[in-house]
Amino acid sequence: MNKTPSLKSNRPLTITYNLPISKTSKFWKKLKEGKVFATACKKCGKLHFPPVADCGECGSSEIEWVKLNGNGKIVTFTEVIVKPASFSKEPQYIVAVAELIEGVRVLAWFRGIEKEKIEIGMKVKLKAKVCSDEKIAYEFVPV
Amino acid sequence: MNKVAIIGKGHSRFGDRSDVNLAELSFEAVHPALESSGLTAKQIPYMALGSLGGWSEEPLPAVVIAEYCGLTGAGLVRCEAACASGTAAVFNAYSVVRSGQADLALVVGAEKMKQIDTLTVMEMIGRAGYYMWEFENFGMTFPAYYALHAVEHMEKFGTTEEDLAKVAVKNHRYGAMNPVAHLRQEITVEKALNSPMIAWPLKLFDCCPISDGAAAVVLASEKKVKELKIEDPVWIESIGFSSDTANISKRENYVGLNATLKASKMAYAEAEISPKDVDVANVHDCFTIAEIMAYEDLGFCEKGKGANMIREGDTEIGGKIPVNLDGGLKAKGHPIGTTGVSMLVELTKQLREEVKPARQAPMKNYVALAHNTGGTGHYGYVTVLRR
Repeated sequence: MNKTPSLKSNRPLTITYNLPISKTSKFWKKLKEGKVFATACKKCGKLHFPPVADCGECGSSEIEWVKLNGNGKIVTFTEVIVKPASFSKEPQYIVAVAELIEGVRVLAWFRGIEKEKIEIGMKVKLKAKVCSDEKIAYEFVPV
Repeated sequence: MNKVAIIGKGHSRFGDRSDVNLAELSFEAVHPALESSGLTAKQIPYMALGSLGGWSEEPLPAVVIAEYCGLTGAGLVRCEAACASGTAAVFNAYSVVRSGQADLALVVGAEKMKQIDTLTVMEMIGRAGYYMWEFENFGMTFPAYYALHAVEHMEKFGTTEEDLAKVAVKNHRYGAMNPVAHLRQEITVEKALNSPMIAWPLKLFDCCPISDGAAAVVLASEKKVKELKIEDPVWIESIGFSSDTANISKRENYVGLNATLKASKMAYAEAEISPKDVDVANVHDCFTIAEIMAYEDLGFCEKGKGANMIREGDTEIGGKIPVNLDGGLKAKGHPIGTTGVSMLVELTKQLREEVKPARQAPMKNYVALAHNTGGTGHYGYVTVLRR
């Protein structure tokens, strides 16, 4: 088959973003200590996850940090088979959305379980996951 | 406010268009759009482009396309509403004509997604949720986002993988008859069910392809329609719009798209019609589950009954409301920013009864509906057209 003629660009572009977290740095600090926090608006009481520095509900910037107990139930889930380029070295992963007893929903990987054993409504625990100083996240694990 | 009509249209062939660059591809749509309106490029005072970009080399595609097509000097803008960028551009140009700022405007949708590798395209689209909270650590992809919806829809309403496959089979059947479609082969339910898993339970044939393509429409005010003696204008009766949360975790459920629901209510009210008045629709079937949810959110059936419509053939020609007779995103292809414009090109043809009889919807009220979603229901647009 004839290949369509094209030029290969000589100007590859590699972009690495710095992700600003100064206003929510406590979230990442607490994760390192093994705890998952949300923020609550002091004015209207709205609980926010992911954490925020400003409340979109009422416009207040007075927030407080609230530790999440971590107990929740699966709302929905999937297993990612075809992965994006930057995840190509990761094994297949299950992503779930769970509703925590505090009322907020969280999206994270669900680890330590096979997809076939997952059911909507099953209990899970949200936990901090520290791989290294640079790589901090959170995940669901079976109860 | 002015009434606004579509007076001309153009559409490139969709698919792997490595034979052309973005400007050349756009010309394939712009030239026939102008010609069918009886206009030249110099008469166009304003152009809005729907394009997401990033996968092709030009960061300012509107100026590149305008120069190539002879539109330099016109007012220019590139609109972004993810996969609804095309309708965002339509809405922008429509607002310009409707408000009287200009009597004519050109809308172009153009996207070249095949200039980089597939996994990098998956990466760029996957990042288009809430990057910080859904991609950086969790590597979401668009099939995965829609899989979250499919799983809850199946659990709550008994929708099956076979129902999803039937959407693909229908859209491939019509796509095979559409000369500009990317995927022109018919498929079977078995073939769809046995295709490789992408994000469980969505398989290859549940997903639209990655495509190159361009589409264009010329919009005119009622005054200009008369002045140009346009014989067959298609009127934009209404464009409803809405949005939903950036974080998927902040949605109330995953069995529908709130932005579609709200945008459609707005569009129906302004056009003073109800879903049963619609003769033909193009809905945003980026994934098969998205078409089933669209039937419900657009009010073609009750919530939870979408799978029945595909089982009963309600959305085929001869059914209650034929949907995606051009093959939809699923088979025609989904050059992201082009899709919303492409839908209007197709529906203009349907309303004018210009397509092959085998994929022509029967016309009763001469009313058509286009539903264009951006992101995972982040942006929602519903457009009502009438001939």
